[in-house]
Amino acid sequence: MELIELQDICKTYHIGQVDVPVLKGVSLKIDRGDHVALMGASGSGKSTLMNILGCLDRPTSGKYWLEGRDVTNLSPQERASARNQKIGFVFQNFTLLPRTSALENVMLPLSYTPDNLSEREGRRRAAELLTRVGLADRMDHEPSQLSGGQQQRVAIARALINHPPILLADEPTGNLDSKTSEEVLEMFGRLNVEEGITVLLVTHDPGIARHAKRIISIRDGQIENESHVEGQGPGFSPALPGPAPAESGVAGGREGGSS
Amino acid sequence: MRIYRPTKTALRALLRNPMRAMLTILGIIIGVAAVIAMMEIGNGSSAAIRKTIASMGADILMVQPGTAASGGVSFGAGSILTLTPEDCDAILKECPAVRAAAPIVRARAQVVHSNRNWVPLYIYGTTPAFLDVRDWNDMAEGEAFDERDVRNSSKVCLLGQTLVRELFPGEDPVGKDVRIQNVSFRVIGVLRAKGANMMGLDQDDIVLAPWTTIKYRVAGTSLGNVNQSSNTSGAGASATVETLNNPYPTEKVELYPQPSDIQAADTPQPVRFTNVDDIMAASRTSSDIDAASDQIAKLLHERHRIPTGKPDDFSVRNMAEMTQALSSTTTLMTNLLLCVALISLVGGGVGIMNIMLVSVTERTHEIGLRMAVGARAGDILKQFLVEAILLCLAGGALGILLGHGGSYLIRVFLHWPVQTSLTAIVAAVAVSASVGIIFGYYPAWKASRLDPIEALRYE
Repeated sequence: MELIELQDICKTYHIGQVDVPVLKGVSLKIDRGDHVALMGASGSGKSTLMNILGCLDRPTSGKYWLEGRDVTNLSPQERASARNQKIGFVFQNFTLLPRTSALENVMLPLSYTPDNLSEREGRRRAAELLTRVGLADRMDHEPSQLSGGQQQRVAIARALINHPPILLADEPTGNLDSKTSEEVLEMFGRLNVEEGITVLLVTHDPGIARHAKRIISIRDGQIENESHVEGQGPGFSPALPGPAPAESGVAGGREGGSS
Repeated sequence: MRIYRPTKTALRALLRNPMRAMLTILGIIIGVAAVIAMMEIGNGSSAAIRKTIASMGADILMVQPGTAASGGVSFGAGSILTLTPEDCDAILKECPAVRAAAPIVRARAQVVHSNRNWVPLYIYGTTPAFLDVRDWNDMAEGEAFDERDVRNSSKVCLLGQTLVRELFPGEDPVGKDVRIQNVSFRVIGVLRAKGANMMGLDQDDIVLAPWTTIKYRVAGTSLGNVNQSSNTSGAGASATVETLNNPYPTEKVELYPQPSDIQAADTPQPVRFTNVDDIMAASRTSSDIDAASDQIAKLLHERHRIPTGKPDDFSVRNMAEMTQALSSTTTLMTNLLLCVALISLVGGGVGIMNIMLVSVTERTHEIGLRMAVGARAGDILKQFLVEAILLCLAGGALGILLGHGGSYLIRVFLHWPVQTSLTAIVAAVAVSASVGIIFGYYPAWKASRLDPIEALRYE
């Protein structure tokens, strides 16, 4: 059984009197333990697709099965609980609570988990995750005292606190320099290989997308093509026909730095 | 557990920005502090006003003897004498709503000192409790007579200011003698000026003396005109006292042979107790007046063994008019304070709402994040609502401290009467919590209605 199955997903925004179709029938399947990059230029609809995959938004039409369950028609409460239990979010701008320690930031999703974990158990689990992302000595630091890479690692730890099967990363390296981007991407790869977590990476940068096992390109609200990256893995960086388009200056720098 | 988590979350969110939290609750703090201080000062002044009015006699109950009637002709209140000093003691002992009670024996006579004379409005024979009843304990000069003087029927008296003016111009009356009805009284004290009463009668035109003295040495008349058996010792005394030119009025003239003990036992005489003209009682508080009135009536009804269906041989009167004025004054004051309290708290509440709305906008991103990691709309609503309520309660608590401290300072430095009001504190807490709910609801609702996608994108 697939972890995620989309069938003919359409999404249309109504802006005034005008209908703007953003997704025009997307169908895809993602298996458990897969590492997928969702790639597309801005305006291609990849963010909308990610919102739908993340149960933040509902498709206008089509079906979406998450772990075999149809989540298209869930109530807002049920979708919230799905986000809490099944999906870990990593955002481009980290979105940590300011003036709150890393540990408590990691514990944030626990406040909305129905099974009441004791405070101590929650702390233990958060500390364990922070150790795993290499921040054992930064637990009591506030976001402002952490570097961008460290902040993103806190965000990853937060995404993992409820042991979700899926990690949804929206341009996770967009605000990071090339070195830390590499570290973060490596961490995604490790989580995928070692923990068997399904990682879904949304990016516009082919260089970053290449860290995944499978790349799905989106253009104009439709899946353009799908490709499997050969022999991918941490540190894998095949030669590309030149750096990515102008918008990916950061990624371009990374290319230069790592190869 | 359901409230513990949101409370913790809210508390953390508030502590993340203590400065703003502080500024937010400033409105509530000032509002509640104003309410508390105002209520305490208001209560203090209203207690002071109540005391003043009470000293004018609003809490006083007059117990008067009933009316005699003969052949359908009623002689009006006081035409029979049915009250005794023992009634007075019993009232004090058995009526819990009565603060003090004093018997009164009236007389009207000329008071003479050297070459001056004056007929005072009141010559009252009473007990020291009279000063308690009238709230007249602090003397202008000298001191009051005591119970022993009453028992010994000492010839001592207290003068009101008017008498001092009339009889002792430019003199200190204390220690001097005055003559009332040819009985010489030593002045041991001067009463503080009280001015005219509600009816315009001069309350300072008064001589106070032990009731035994007035009764037995001066006012024989108060027994002479009464239809009681003439065999009491009092009647005998009155016969002698009435003789104006008798220099020793207490000296009893044996007009008839005294009955022997056996004769007395053979012909039992109805025992009449010594009568007093009135009993003046004061209720504990001005709101106890009705209770005190009832208790006295019940007690005397039993003591006088009035058969059911027969009219009482006494009547209890109070100053209903004055009491009414008093209660309307206090009600007005309380209502006024309540209005001020509400207005200032609503002001504080609007402040809270304002800042909470700003806070929701400012934390849109946080709300989006919380929703993305699984917070339901209800969770967000609860969090912001709890934040607002916590703010208001904290503001209320600080306000109570501040207001209480303020009124304490006012008492210490300005010597205004201040009274701690538990009601005000309870009301302030209740009102600040409800202000939190009412004015926190809209921002919280607005926060919970945010679209997580929009909220996450918001910068």
